[in-house]
Amino acid sequence: MVMEIVCPAGTPAALRAAVKAGAHTIYCGFADETNARNFPGLNFCREEMAEGIAFAHARGSKVLVAINTYPRAGAESLWHAAVADAEAAGADAVILADLGLLAYAAEHHPNQRRHLSVQAAAANPDIINFYGDEFGVKRVVLPRVLSVPEIAAINKETDIETEVFVFGGLCVMAEGRCSLSSYATGLSPNMNGVCSPASHVEYVEDTGALSAKLGGYTIHSVGAGEPAPYPTLCKGCFSAGEKTAHLFEDPVSLNAEHLIPQLAKAGVTALKIEGRQRSRSYVAQVVKNFRAAVEAVDQGRALPEGMLARLSEGQAVTTGAYKKTWR
Amino acid sequence: MELTVGPNQFFWKKEDWSHLYENLAATPVERVVLGELVCSKRLPFYQDAILPAVEELLNAGKEVLLTSLALVTLKRERKMTAELAETGVEVEINDLTALAQLPKGARFGVGPLVNVYNEGTLTWLASRGATRICLPPELPLASVATLAKAGQDAGVAIEVWGHGRIPLAISGRCYHARLHGRIKDNCLFACEDDPDGLEVDTTDGKPFLSMNGVQTLSDSCASMAHQIEALQEAGVSALRLSPQSTGFIETCKLYRQRLNGTLSADDLATELVRASHGMRLSDGFLTGARGADWSGKAA
Repeated sequence: MVMEIVCPAGTPAALRAAVKAGAHTIYCGFADETNARNFPGLNFCREEMAEGIAFAHARGSKVLVAINTYPRAGAESLWHAAVADAEAAGADAVILADLGLLAYAAEHHPNQRRHLSVQAAAANPDIINFYGDEFGVKRVVLPRVLSVPEIAAINKETDIETEVFVFGGLCVMAEGRCSLSSYATGLSPNMNGVCSPASHVEYVEDTGALSAKLGGYTIHSVGAGEPAPYPTLCKGCFSAGEKTAHLFEDPVSLNAEHLIPQLAKAGVTALKIEGRQRSRSYVAQVVKNFRAAVEAVDQGRALPEGMLARLSEGQAVTTGAYKKTWR
Repeated sequence: MELTVGPNQFFWKKEDWSHLYENLAATPVERVVLGELVCSKRLPFYQDAILPAVEELLNAGKEVLLTSLALVTLKRERKMTAELAETGVEVEINDLTALAQLPKGARFGVGPLVNVYNEGTLTWLASRGATRICLPPELPLASVATLAKAGQDAGVAIEVWGHGRIPLAISGRCYHARLHGRIKDNCLFACEDDPDGLEVDTTDGKPFLSMNGVQTLSDSCASMAHQIEALQEAGVSALRLSPQSTGFIETCKLYRQRLNGTLSADDLATELVRASHGMRLSDGFLTGARGADWSGKAA
């Protein structure tokens, strides 16, 4: 069976571009703190969601709605409404992370298919099967802490579908279990759906160097004229002991295209592309390339050469935890 | 308000580890959670000291729980987690894998590394047997108050991160190994020389974080010195104190004095800095604009 390409859409235009480019499935979120890409100008109002889903369904694509932040105490109704509205809009599944929200969805929306978000960081068969047994979860998005052989071993011990990230931004920490951002800025992925938010970024020029700061902490610093990467906290340059370096991770993004045949063999159902903040032309190009790749793999052909080089724009890429030596 | 000592987050020599629990037996805290939280590779070095420590603490009248690992991925880690349930000691789950492996109906505690952000999750965990929950450190006071109220309704004691470097992230990658140009599987225990973690500074020299193998902590030491009354009013029943290599027993006693009303908030803060040989304090997750902030006097 051809592996499913699960593609991000931050706007209705990106959703339509992804559908036209051949995405099997698109994931998106409502324009509020219920989803983990809660950025200004991104995401869907209720009407846009219903229209987007109708557009996708008419062309044979599916739409998943990410409601994957952790509901705020005293305000759970906002998240409950998001689940109800996703179902009413015709979503093919909701992507959830919070135990309480999973329990709520299983009880009140039993017919709405449920996927487990990467934000739940379910990293072994015991916990994956637990989510299946307790909440009827049909698919789990695996955290980016596992090697390909470990993913294969998980698939041998569970009937729940697995989906893995293959391209785009890379969390270095177990997802949904990181408060680095709120420590420096007060805003976190779990509570606010943002990490290293632009509202807390400043670039400071001093004696020929340009420092990128987050919440007042220097994340990295480059010479005048050099390109300054965005100050994502875990990809910053810091000092410890005698060493000054990118101690957690280099400023790289994930590209596991060459691992697609191995991931197929490992029993993975779907390949996920990160980037709801990306443009529709980017999304369309990535979808086309990955669609061609999974069809080649399905038909036993070699992967198309250098398919994503242009999109990485000279930026360094990694296969992350899929190779055990990354750890 | 009660005091709970959380599991030691760092890699200590076995004799130092055992020494801590011998001393805690005679220290005025109600509860001790112990065992390996961060890295399964550390456990063999002191595993045989755990049950004797449990026994000693129980004999001294302490409530005792055994922690699960924070991130369970390997087969041996799954086995290790499953074996916790067989010890007969109540388990504190710090990865939901441990809950999946507990027998149905077993009572358990929930540690700060399980995401309990709202009443729905709290109620669900209570229905599965949770007796107490230490909330995630990043929660603001308003959320803590709402959850403490929900906890009272559900019969679950609510605890907050009271003192110690704050666990901010857990990863598949070992940063101590990376720093030494190694990988996790061949780490040669690069973390063993940093009993409070290794300070991570910004390139302009500002202390920021602390690395501890696969875990990343704050550089600052959280302290609820100034928040005791607010937490009591919110209905929080216990403070969690996280072990540090210097002055920890004294730290426990200082918090006890603060709870008894014999030590002021400012004096507690001053004494904590002295006892720890100069750690910077923070309480910003609870009431500040960001986690690193401190509501007390500048040092």
